[in-house]
Amino acid sequence: MTTTDIPAPAARKPAATTAPKRRPKRESQGPAWVFLSPWVLGAIVLTLLPMAVSLYLSFTDYDLFNPPRWVGLRNYVQMFTEDPRYWRSVMTTLTYVVIAVPLQLALALAVALALKSMKRGKGFYRSAFYAPSLLGASMSIALVWRAVFNDGGTVDNLLGTGGWVNKPGWALLAVALLTVWQFGAPMVIFLAGLQQIPGELYEAAAVDGAGKWRQFVSVTVPMLSPVLFFNLVLQTIQAFQVFTPAFAIGAGKGGPADSTLVYTLYLYDRGFVASHMGYASAMAWVLLIVIGAVTAVLFRTSRSWVFYASEGDR
Amino acid sequence: MTTTTTPAVRKPVAWGRIALHIGCLAALLVMLYPLAWLLATSLKPADEVIASLDLLPSHLEWSNYSTALDGVNDVSIWRLLSNSLLIAGGAVLGNVISCSLAAYAFARLRFRFRGPLFAFMIATIMLPHHAVLIPQYIIFNQLGLVNTYWPLILPKFLATEAFFVFLIVQFMRGLPRELEEAARIDGCGPFRSFFKVVLPLTRPALITTAIFTFIWTWNDFFTQLIYLFDPDKFTLTLALRSFVDASSTSAFGPMFAMSVIALLPIVLFFLAFQRLLVEGMASSGLKG
Repeated sequence: MTTTDIPAPAARKPAATTAPKRRPKRESQGPAWVFLSPWVLGAIVLTLLPMAVSLYLSFTDYDLFNPPRWVGLRNYVQMFTEDPRYWRSVMTTLTYVVIAVPLQLALALAVALALKSMKRGKGFYRSAFYAPSLLGASMSIALVWRAVFNDGGTVDNLLGTGGWVNKPGWALLAVALLTVWQFGAPMVIFLAGLQQIPGELYEAAAVDGAGKWRQFVSVTVPMLSPVLFFNLVLQTIQAFQVFTPAFAIGAGKGGPADSTLVYTLYLYDRGFVASHMGYASAMAWVLLIVIGAVTAVLFRTSRSWVFYASEGDR
Repeated sequence: MTTTTTPAVRKPVAWGRIALHIGCLAALLVMLYPLAWLLATSLKPADEVIASLDLLPSHLEWSNYSTALDGVNDVSIWRLLSNSLLIAGGAVLGNVISCSLAAYAFARLRFRFRGPLFAFMIATIMLPHHAVLIPQYIIFNQLGLVNTYWPLILPKFLATEAFFVFLIVQFMRGLPRELEEAARIDGCGPFRSFFKVVLPLTRPALITTAIFTFIWTWNDFFTQLIYLFDPDKFTLTLALRSFVDASSTSAFGPMFAMSVIALLPIVLFFLAFQRLLVEGMASSGLKG
């Protein structure tokens, strides 16, 4: 999934040159397509075709029961100019992404750095910090979260917050903290990346008189930048699609006062509760375009800060 | 501990270590608090859930669990549990079979458009599910399969989770080619060398795929929410949903008892396979 992987099959010439040596040149492609057939079927019937259909539906009025009615750009116009709840969901999602992703990655990196040079107990900590990443996606934990951050819950008792879950300005923060809590997955990836940095680099830097901070800035950060980039892209894409915690904490409706109405929750509401499938399709396409654009921007800016030590030879 | 025996010169290092351990343990305590809270609350009597500041209940209220076992909406918890298991089991089977087949083709076989198709497969990892969701729903609706388990299981048999295809491809690329070439010289076609040589060696990646598929499917809420309406067909996750709008705190104990039951398979999987899970996660992101 890292950027270096994408051109890999084309670059894998050795494989292609060894095969014809033993066998006559034109090897049958039949078996390959047999192996690929489930994937091809899935890619056509469950990915490409649905994408085309949802693009078409986004220009229609469709309620599942009557045939779709072509309305041109009506859905998009309505979305952008006449639907305050739509903008509400956009702003909520952006706020959530901007809070949750940097906090989560910073924590993941800090803990990975702490664990890096640990001799004893590293395995234990690594697993223990990772556990919330698996459990946190569940409805069970989302319900715990709502109770803990509720009026009279633990956080209220400790900080006298009066319950974030009920306060429009604060409920989203509770949702974001549930995501931050799951920093174990990016942490594990950071840790694996840190362990691949050759120790000689640190030794050489130390010989040159670099202190800990200098070593971090000049060795760790550049060597880790591909992993940092990978985590950033992955977590951002996932954050744009947050659903379950917002659903649970916002009592299924994005409350209080639409403050946890994230994009996918509003999409669900329009499509599957209000039966405006055309409108929901338009929302889905905007999400697709936004995620594509954000990814493209991240890739573009990455050229200036992501450093590949072994450019292309892996 | 060790500071008393280590020479004076090394003392600062040891102190730093101890501080590090203390810091990590403190962070862990905070992080694991919600889990402790869940466990404690599932055993609390109704009047202590909110009123009491103590984490531990004054006495263990096991009746929360017996109430939870009765289930929700007149559907017993065994029914919910077996529904969840059926969906997760089907998904595991589907992903392991279809993703390993596709991965073998991408990792080892030659065919036209391999480069572009591989790039497309990678791109679908980033594709938001919502872009295909509505038409998929319409297709399953037309086929009369909404409110059945097919929409939740069938896509897994068509290798739609590209993440796992990618994971297995990466693993297969690390296997020595010589083994397969030897098998070929011995007269094995691609099918036999896949089943007899490559697949057995790929077992670690297949197990990782199976475990992650199980946990993610078990946790999945959105897809189940859309496709299942009958309380009879609900999974544990969906049954918990009926507590989402409930504002009364009287059901708190049973609700969290049920949450514990719903988390149990994941916790067990985690305890059994933690090393594999953690390493599977780490290697899926790296190892170009």
